Amino acid sequence: MDTESTYSGYSYYSGRSRGSHRHGERSRDRHKPRSKDSRSEKSVTINTPPAEPLLGDSAVRGEQVQDDNWGETTTAVTGTSEHSLSQEDIVRITKDLEDSVGLDCRRYFARTLAIILGLLVFFTPLAFLVLPHILWPENLKTCGTACEGLFISVAFKLLILLLAVWALFFRPARAGLPRVYVFRALLAVLVLLFVISYWLFYGVRILESKDDNYQGIVQYAVSLVDALLFIHYLAIVLLELRQLQPCFSVCITRSTDGETRHYNLGQLSIQRAALAIIEHYYCDFPVHNPALLSASKSRAAKHLAGLKVYNVDGEFPAAPAEGPGNNAAAAGIAHSQSRAMIAAAARRRDTSHNELYYEEAEHERRVRKRRARLVVAVEEAFTHIKRMQEEEQKKSPGDIMDPREAAQAIFPSMARALQKYLRTTKQQHCHSMESIQQHLAFCITNNMTPKAFLESYLTPGPTLRYSRDHWRARQWTLISEASVTSSLKDGSIFLLKCVDFSLVVTTKKIPYIQMSEEYIDPKSHKFVLRLQSETSV
Amino acid sequence: MSFVPGQPVTAVVQRIEIQKLRQGENLILGFSIGGGIDQDPGQNPFSEDKSDKGIYVTRISPGGPAELAGLRIGDKIMQVNGWDMTMVTHDDARKKLTKKKEDVVRVLVTRKSLEEAVKHSKGTHPKHECGGSTSMHRLMQ
Repeated sequence: MDTESTYSGYSYYSGRSRGSHRHGERSRDRHKPRSKDSRSEKSVTINTPPAEPLLGDSAVRGEQVQDDNWGETTTAVTGTSEHSLSQEDIVRITKDLEDSVGLDCRRYFARTLAIILGLLVFFTPLAFLVLPHILWPENLKTCGTACEGLFISVAFKLLILLLAVWALFFRPARAGLPRVYVFRALLAVLVLLFVISYWLFYGVRILESKDDNYQGIVQYAVSLVDALLFIHYLAIVLLELRQLQPCFSVCITRSTDGETRHYNLGQLSIQRAALAIIEHYYCDFPVHNPALLSASKSRAAKHLAGLKVYNVDGEFPAAPAEGPGNNAAAAGIAHSQSRAMIAAAARRRDTSHNELYYEEAEHERRVRKRRARLVVAVEEAFTHIKRMQEEEQKKSPGDIMDPREAAQAIFPSMARALQKYLRTTKQQHCHSMESIQQHLAFCITNNMTPKAFLESYLTPGPTLRYSRDHWRARQWTLISEASVTSSLKDGSIFLLKCVDFSLVVTTKKIPYIQMSEEYIDPKSHKFVLRLQSETSV
Repeated sequence: MSFVPGQPVTAVVQRIEIQKLRQGENLILGFSIGGGIDQDPGQNPFSEDKSDKGIYVTRISPGGPAELAGLRIGDKIMQVNGWDMTMVTHDDARKKLTKKKEDVVRVLVTRKSLEEAVKHSKGTHPKHECGGSTSMHRLMQ
């Protein structure tokens, strides 16, 4: 039974999407603009944005009937006002609103908890050292040299602890996960218990009895800092080292076009594995292009369109079913109808495979032709400009252009060919004119050849390469039968759903390898001619 | 058993009929062969003429179909079910013997003791024709 990961069953860090940190982090990030923050994280929420697929599809469709003249420098007066928003802007704004409202309180709650814990932990040894001087200074034995040496040790160990915590925890968060990050929560609880027990001991044995052995107290504080360093070591092992060794091989398949990749992951919980997988997705999978899927959908529609089922026995399956008996009868009728359709479709002499074959061959030919035209046009365009040498600088100051102007100068000659090619391969919505000109200026600046310039248009690159508007995969939902904080097992399957498609993930365990050794004496390699073979029959 | 190239080979052969035994999904005959035109004839322990590249029986499984039918170690196989075995590669010989569709193979084998038996019988009874299971065959080279 599929259960989407919901926000029920929280620990006392309720409303959390990340575990707490040892120290307050990213105080500087609070000053960052709000919208940037929410866009930089792949937030996981359950509410799918309303009407998103419609908007997404119509955005694509709208651009397919794009004005053919964008490649040329004609100006035209359009009917829209200056303050119009495109559909994508509207979608973006609604998404930002949702992001900002939904997750703020959870994140801030966790952060404040982490800061409190961190400050408590940091000031405890200092408090241990300072309190005797405040409360009973007159009874205290003076601190000898060994004791003062321990002061230095406490200071440096605290400094190292501070640096280590900064290195491990003060990192920008990569994502918002649906449930508590179990290891971090456990570590925080461990640290809290540890510090509380130290305080208890201190309070009972030292404060109440007003112990005057200051060296002992300093050693006690030093032991606390040592133990904190060991807990930090435990944190490194649990959070960083444990998942480095590959243990599972995961196979990710995109549901719409079957794009498949395999990765190696270590021992991770399902939600952390999902996070790693999504990051790999952005880097490796070619961008999802919904325009390429329309052909198979139309074929599927044609398969069923040719047959109609008529019922000549006088029963009316469209009559409202009353009671379970009628339901079963209606279901039975529908069942037999669909069986009849399947049988008839199998027997029918279907020539759709023929159409598909010739259509694909034709498309291939068309793509190749346009590609050839494009390559020639771009090569010719690139010959029109060349990098200016130093001595020519004095000759004609009027014609000197910076890369952007140079790109704008040669763009029109290749625009038409490029636009036609993008239309044929259904990529035209991924590249706007502005982005193409920018890319051209970039290539000119870096002395790239026409082939290098064309590379990004001939093959669909990974999703990250395109602008954020075209990612089509901003909100991910993790669907899993097992709890998302349980660790990956052999054969565990879960889904990462986003609005347009989903990624199906299956895991397989890397097997245990039993290796034995065999020693071969180098002198034992001796050979003899053997031309007589014997076969038993 | 030597041959002169270009001349037909003459030998005294014994016709042996071996029933294949089914073992699992294989049909076995119960002996091993050696030799062939792609092998080194000098290593053949059973041949008289060390340039003889014919197919020889090198081993017989005790109690197997070949032993029951009368095949002996060191026999040279001349024909298998009508297929010539005097000028074949080792693998061809194996294939002709292990055809899955045939349950029985009729081999013509020759050995030195046969020649001597014929000579002996010729010597003692010059007028009798030899019959029975031995016969002289002319095989085209």
